[in-house]
Amino acid sequence: MTDLKYTIKDFKSENEVRWCPGCGDYAIMNAVQRTMAGMGIPREKFAVISGIGCSSRFPYYMSTFGFHTIHGRAAAVASGVKAANPDLSVWVITGDGDAMAIGGNHFIHLIRRNMDLNLVLFNNRIYGLTKGQYSPTSDRGVKTKTSPFGTVEDPFVPGQLVIGARGTFFARSIDSNIKLSQEVFDGAAKHKGTSVVEVLQNCVIFNNGIHNAITDPNHRADRQLILEHGKPMLFGEENEKGIIFDKGKLKVAKVGENGVTRDDVLVHDANEPDPTIHMALINMQLPDFPVAFGVIRSVSAPVYDVEMEAQIKTVQQTRKIKNVDELLSSGNTWEVTTENGLTGKDCSKFEFK
Amino acid sequence: MKDAKVIELDEVAIRFSGDSGDGMQLTGTLFSDATALLGNDISTFPDYPSEIRAPQGTVGGVSGFQVQFGQKQINTPGDYAHVLIAMNPAAVKANAKFMKPGGTIIYDSDAFNEKNLNKANFKTDDPFGECNLDDYFKIPVPISSLTKEGLKDFGLDNKSVLRSKNMFALGLVCWMFNRPLDYIEEFIKNKFAKKPVVVESNVKVLHDGYNYGMNMQHMTPSYLVNPANIEKGTYRNINGNHATAWGLLAAAEKSGLELFLGSYPITPATDILSALSERKDLGVKTFQAEDEIAGITSAIGASFAGDLAVTTTSGPGLALKSEAIGLAVMAELPLVIVNVQRGGPSTGLPTKTEQSDLMQALYGRNGESPVVVLAASTPSDCFWYAFKAAKIALERMVPVLLLTDGFLGNGSEPWRIPKMSELPSITPRVAKDAGSFQAYKRDSENLAREWAFPGMAGFEHRIGGLEKNETGTVSHDPDNHQKNTEIREEKVQRVVDMVPDLETCGDDEGDVLVVAWGGTYGHMISTVRELRKEGKNVSLAHFNYIKPLPKNTADVFSKFKKIIVCELNLGQFASYLRDKMPQFEYHQNNKVKGLPFTVNELKQSVYKLLED
Repeated sequence: MTDLKYTIKDFKSENEVRWCPGCGDYAIMNAVQRTMAGMGIPREKFAVISGIGCSSRFPYYMSTFGFHTIHGRAAAVASGVKAANPDLSVWVITGDGDAMAIGGNHFIHLIRRNMDLNLVLFNNRIYGLTKGQYSPTSDRGVKTKTSPFGTVEDPFVPGQLVIGARGTFFARSIDSNIKLSQEVFDGAAKHKGTSVVEVLQNCVIFNNGIHNAITDPNHRADRQLILEHGKPMLFGEENEKGIIFDKGKLKVAKVGENGVTRDDVLVHDANEPDPTIHMALINMQLPDFPVAFGVIRSVSAPVYDVEMEAQIKTVQQTRKIKNVDELLSSGNTWEVTTENGLTGKDCSKFEFK
Repeated sequence: MKDAKVIELDEVAIRFSGDSGDGMQLTGTLFSDATALLGNDISTFPDYPSEIRAPQGTVGGVSGFQVQFGQKQINTPGDYAHVLIAMNPAAVKANAKFMKPGGTIIYDSDAFNEKNLNKANFKTDDPFGECNLDDYFKIPVPISSLTKEGLKDFGLDNKSVLRSKNMFALGLVCWMFNRPLDYIEEFIKNKFAKKPVVVESNVKVLHDGYNYGMNMQHMTPSYLVNPANIEKGTYRNINGNHATAWGLLAAAEKSGLELFLGSYPITPATDILSALSERKDLGVKTFQAEDEIAGITSAIGASFAGDLAVTTTSGPGLALKSEAIGLAVMAELPLVIVNVQRGGPSTGLPTKTEQSDLMQALYGRNGESPVVVLAASTPSDCFWYAFKAAKIALERMVPVLLLTDGFLGNGSEPWRIPKMSELPSITPRVAKDAGSFQAYKRDSENLAREWAFPGMAGFEHRIGGLEKNETGTVSHDPDNHQKNTEIREEKVQRVVDMVPDLETCGDDEGDVLVVAWGGTYGHMISTVRELRKEGKNVSLAHFNYIKPLPKNTADVFSKFKKIIVCELNLGQFASYLRDKMPQFEYHQNNKVKGLPFTVNELKQSVYKLLED
């Protein structure tokens, strides 16, 4: 395993990539491919499963096993793949429309079961492939082709659904930050259980610049909090600002002001089972807070595919029936020994051809 | 003392009927099993309401279980019952129409009080008169009070005492039909092994019922039904849903694959999911999905990953799976879809049987989306058709839809247990040569593609719902789409070489050919046999292969003057035949009552055709 020396090229397929020039998807794929190349897992053990949408064309561009399925159902298809063969590294590629709208049910149940796979959620807060309708992550009031007067509905916050479904791993990244994405994907791959990575992704055609307030290089240091497990939650050009806990809530404070010291700044504990702080981090938004990135939550819990295999092994050790012949003749059976009997039910005798 | 009246019969049908809390399904099942063990051929039909507990004592809450058994071949649970066991007045009202003229009604006289008569909406205190059952042999038995009396020393509360009154009825019926009690006692001992009081009380009541019959010989007729002559072998009782589950297990073992079931509970298909969930010992992976769509899509994922993948459902569930079936068609993955049909549309009659999903199975998807469609015809042959469905799916890389129905799924019959060595082999089309592998390269004979799954080094490829060319690359080329659409249809048509010729039961030519498919087989064969006994020139062609149809179908049809298609819908198979074989005229007999055909009504329709 360890002597596998893949490069990113080993994960590129011969298919022409047909995303729009400048699409954030390119960078995300680049980070996924780099991550896979470094995982030390044979290429044939990767299965990349997607639903429908721009992002879901992803498997075609990978030289692994890939399955481009139907709208919203990638999580369910991938669950079947992983349950059938827990030995595989299974990746689900989905978008905010695919996972949060039509696939919402499968998304939460995948997380609830804690199937050991990695789900990458491309969030551009718009429907791209159907050309610019609002999505379940679009802000209230946003004007699109299907909401010319502004939407009258609130968006989902993906991380909230993950926590609500008792998720064990949630991370956030940005398409343009390949290094961060790669770190986060690597963490997701190593996590045992369902890993959800939300990547803020830019749609150059229908929602260009939707994440600009967060990604703007001039303000990046003040608007992004890159979390690292065990490290204080500091941000700003000089790391002069930090997240503190005050009266039951998170708060931004300047170190050295109002008696706040470096020790008051929260230290990130991604492994804390209590989701309270993780939820608060997920909820942080501009302008009062920086947006949290990196691995926000990573806790251990029983994994569906592992438990399923273990249960089968246990039952096989304790039960008597080992094959179908034994099953068919188990329980209440009786012998008929008459010689001059009928030959089965006429015309209903099963014939094989 | 008068001699006991003994009635000797070739076949007899008994209907157990009571409130849905009275344990009638268990009573009926135990009696059937004990009877089958004695060597009679049997056929059973549970008929229960969709409410878990409808208001007690009302007609809507009546739960029934009919069993027919005999010393000859039994193909149906019987049109009409010789004997009705009625635990309350509502049971009489609900079942009067299912009684054979001159039959026997045993009823719990304690339950025939004013309150219960009112609940069943009887206007007078003469329920039998109101139901035109005056000529029947009626045996009032104070079942409730005898049960109480028998258990007075057990220290049980009133509710627990009354719960075992079904055992009294069962004991009585066992005496009437000369069935030994040992099998039933054994069952009670195993089922309540941890509750000795329950075992003792139930066994006591069972014997009380039996002894009551023996002591009351002067008023209770007893029946003699000799064992049937059936083929040598080891037998068991099996219902259709268990047979389906076991057929799939057999196919997994024969093909050397693991079995994966992705399913969502729905009546009457749920028992297949339950039966396979029990079989962790055989390595089955059952995935109770969040909905029907996840049921089938998880199965499609498992198929992509190299398992024998199955999804099971019933009518409305199949509707939800439509889009995903299209994906399996496009991805050309092996998949078995079992639809245990029930009354529809929408929620319809969820606990009743029907054959009205045929068009949905054949055509209910967007685009040209052909799948192989099979239909099982008896509870036990669900085993064979489930096995065959898996064989076709794995050898031809095509989704196969197996239609059974509520009548087959819940009904049971004795089944001669096969040996796995008697079953044909299954050879999945697993790709072998990475150098020449292309996702959509086809076998020249049967047009199937090869199956390569994650974990197979050198076979990395991408599939999906978009149209592809032969190499597996997405293609929007119009000519390519036309070509592939035709290939997908032709691939299903070529499965005909795995389909046995259609055989007629009866002569190969004649006046009337009765045509039917799927779960109506038992009623059809009984009908045709009776008509032939009457000298009528009638034969049966019963279909298990719907798409593709057996290749000699037109030949068979051409030798009869008239054809009548009988099915439990408004004529879906008849329409399909008119489309595929328009050269024949098809008469129809259709029933959509949530109930199986009766032999009598089928005979009437053929008489009419013979007269016209």
